[in-house]
Amino acid sequence: MSAITHLQYLESEAIYVLRETAAQFQKPALLFSGGKDSIVMAWLARKAFYPARMPFKLLHVDTGHNFPEAMTYRDWFVQEIGAQLVVGSVQKSIDDGRVQEEKGPYASRNKLQTVTLLDTIEEHQFDACLGGGRRDEEKARAKERFFSHRDEFGQWDPKNQRPELWNIFNGRKHFGEHFRVFPLSNWTEMDIWQYIRQENIPLPSLYFSHKRKIIERHGQLLDTETGFIPLLDEEKPQVKEMIIRFRTVGDATCTGAVTSTASTIDEIVAEVAAARQTERGTRADDKRSETAMEDRKKEGYF
Amino acid sequence: MDVLVNPTESSLLRFTTAGSVDDGKSTLIGRLLYDSKSIFEDQLLAVEESSKRRGDAHVNLALLTDGLRAEREQGITIDVAYRYFATPRRKFIIADTPGHIQYTRNMVTGASTADLAIILVDARLGVIEQTMRHTYLASLLRISQIVLAVNKMDLVDFDEDTYHKIVADYMKFANGLDYTPNIRPIPISALNGDNVVEKSENTEWYDGPSLLQHLETVQVHAETAADKARFPVQWVIRPISDADDAKLGNLHDYRGFAGRMASGTFHVGDEVSVLPSGMKTRITGIHTFAGEQKTAIPQLSYSITVADEIDTSRGGMIVKAAEPVHTEHEFDAMICWFADKKTLKPRGRFHLRHTTNEVRAVVTDVLYKVNISTLEKSQESQEFSLNDIGCIRLRTSSPIFFDAYAENRTTGSFILVDEQTNNTVAAGMILKPVADGFDESSEISI
Repeated sequence: MSAITHLQYLESEAIYVLRETAAQFQKPALLFSGGKDSIVMAWLARKAFYPARMPFKLLHVDTGHNFPEAMTYRDWFVQEIGAQLVVGSVQKSIDDGRVQEEKGPYASRNKLQTVTLLDTIEEHQFDACLGGGRRDEEKARAKERFFSHRDEFGQWDPKNQRPELWNIFNGRKHFGEHFRVFPLSNWTEMDIWQYIRQENIPLPSLYFSHKRKIIERHGQLLDTETGFIPLLDEEKPQVKEMIIRFRTVGDATCTGAVTSTASTIDEIVAEVAAARQTERGTRADDKRSETAMEDRKKEGYF
Repeated sequence: MDVLVNPTESSLLRFTTAGSVDDGKSTLIGRLLYDSKSIFEDQLLAVEESSKRRGDAHVNLALLTDGLRAEREQGITIDVAYRYFATPRRKFIIADTPGHIQYTRNMVTGASTADLAIILVDARLGVIEQTMRHTYLASLLRISQIVLAVNKMDLVDFDEDTYHKIVADYMKFANGLDYTPNIRPIPISALNGDNVVEKSENTEWYDGPSLLQHLETVQVHAETAADKARFPVQWVIRPISDADDAKLGNLHDYRGFAGRMASGTFHVGDEVSVLPSGMKTRITGIHTFAGEQKTAIPQLSYSITVADEIDTSRGGMIVKAAEPVHTEHEFDAMICWFADKKTLKPRGRFHLRHTTNEVRAVVTDVLYKVNISTLEKSQESQEFSLNDIGCIRLRTSSPIFFDAYAENRTTGSFILVDEQTNNTVAAGMILKPVADGFDESSEISI
């Protein structure tokens, strides 16, 4: 018997984890940002329960600082796969006084999302949230379990995690606790792109090469077209049009672009194969300190 | 090296690495990652900066995945780290298990999903107690392939006799185990790269493959026609939307058993038994999103429909009618105990999780414990504390559907969950049912 391919293995493993999540929890939700990882995860969820609809709602934590292309895509995709969408709004958290907006040119709502996420989880009584995080993307994420326990404050205790053996996932919890589940744990960036190519999954146009007015700040190429990034006076003359694409898509204030002419999936796969920087190298949110991701995750971040 | 995996041909190999603290494990993994271009410039830069700040003499590759603040502060690895690399022939997942106090727990965890184990030996020291301990655990977890990597060959002048003596010592030990995996010895120097990716000119007397050549070509998923068909049911798919009926046809009668084929194969038309009732029926459809399949093969996920209305749901199992599964509620199992604040004793009660099933379980007897240094069995103590390994007898609240772990790693494995904390406190491998006729109705008839 011939062995299955690595993409078949990863797909089947993710489907297994998605079905375990549906079976072990009362009210799971699937975190959906419009980024490629959550798109692949939602795609797999549709496969896992076909011909029935997926038994999860999609949950988008909306910072209000979105690329319009990502929003257009989100609304189209939700319709396409026949899912229901719940939106948690960071703007509303700010208006309600739950969080305070950061100030200055480096202000980002990235960190504020945690409060909105945890409030939304509580409001809707979600007891598991499926995330598109991968172990290869960041060193704190490398220590994540498939089934990752969160205490009643939404906190992650990385030093005290349940061992995960074989394919037996332990989702038992006390009232008020919840889980984050990561079906794509074993995927790499390359696997995601090869799968997108194999499945012919449509993506937001941001991932493909296009012209954009960009400001270079500390080696990062940041968008100036959405207007969410306040420019310093001395930066204003430095804005220039460049041929770029986004390697990750998140909040517009912390997602950096890469110069690229890759305009098809094949060209992107070739570019990713030759890349000498990690994809999160473009993310300002990870650069705040050496353990920025772990610190945010402990508080309840994605 | 070309790093682009060919997605239509490349398979996956999961392996684990084991070695004592100074055996060069980090160096070896660092070299595999570096030579396969799986370390990125910004990662390397960050690690170089951290190493400098910490005052390390060399770039400390362990910092690549020792990502947690506590790990970086204390310079230790707390947890199993999973690392990924690929060559054009294969994708690899490494479970890198740290060699500190939690060693046994971590190695058992890493080994549970591994097809192959690399066991590192320092050529100057040869086979030591740790080597035997690692090999015992790999054997206990039924890893079918071992690479004995005799490292630091440069420090013994690539001496052929030294290498052969170590291999002979190791084989003598390994052949005495209950289960001896296939063993591939390779002389290497992780530091200099000898026989890691390319064959080395320093070991002309060695005619085997380099480590990477071996990893790229070794056969691990050696499923045979004799493997019994096992399909644990995860979830029942019942479409109920009229809107979907319009698109997909009438689905009111669709009742698909969703799961992942654990072993063996099913074909449409096969006669099967459906547990827990054991009633017989036929497979009418093997469904996936991509369309109807004629065959279900191991490791892939499906939704299966059968001819008759049979009551089963999560925790049930579909097996070939001619290949019955043990259906029992008392059995003997090897366990490894994971909890550091609690112990396991006779009469201890747990939730037992096995395939997609969960039942209550009570420890009816402790048969023996294994001294992991001498591998001797002992009945002196009835109590398991952290990292203890031994054999216990369990009785469950209702029968579970299992095979011996030696025959099937999926249907033979389980975990024990603490009833108060919900923590996973033990890994279990089933040896055999208790064949004293405790419950005569528990064998399914065929």
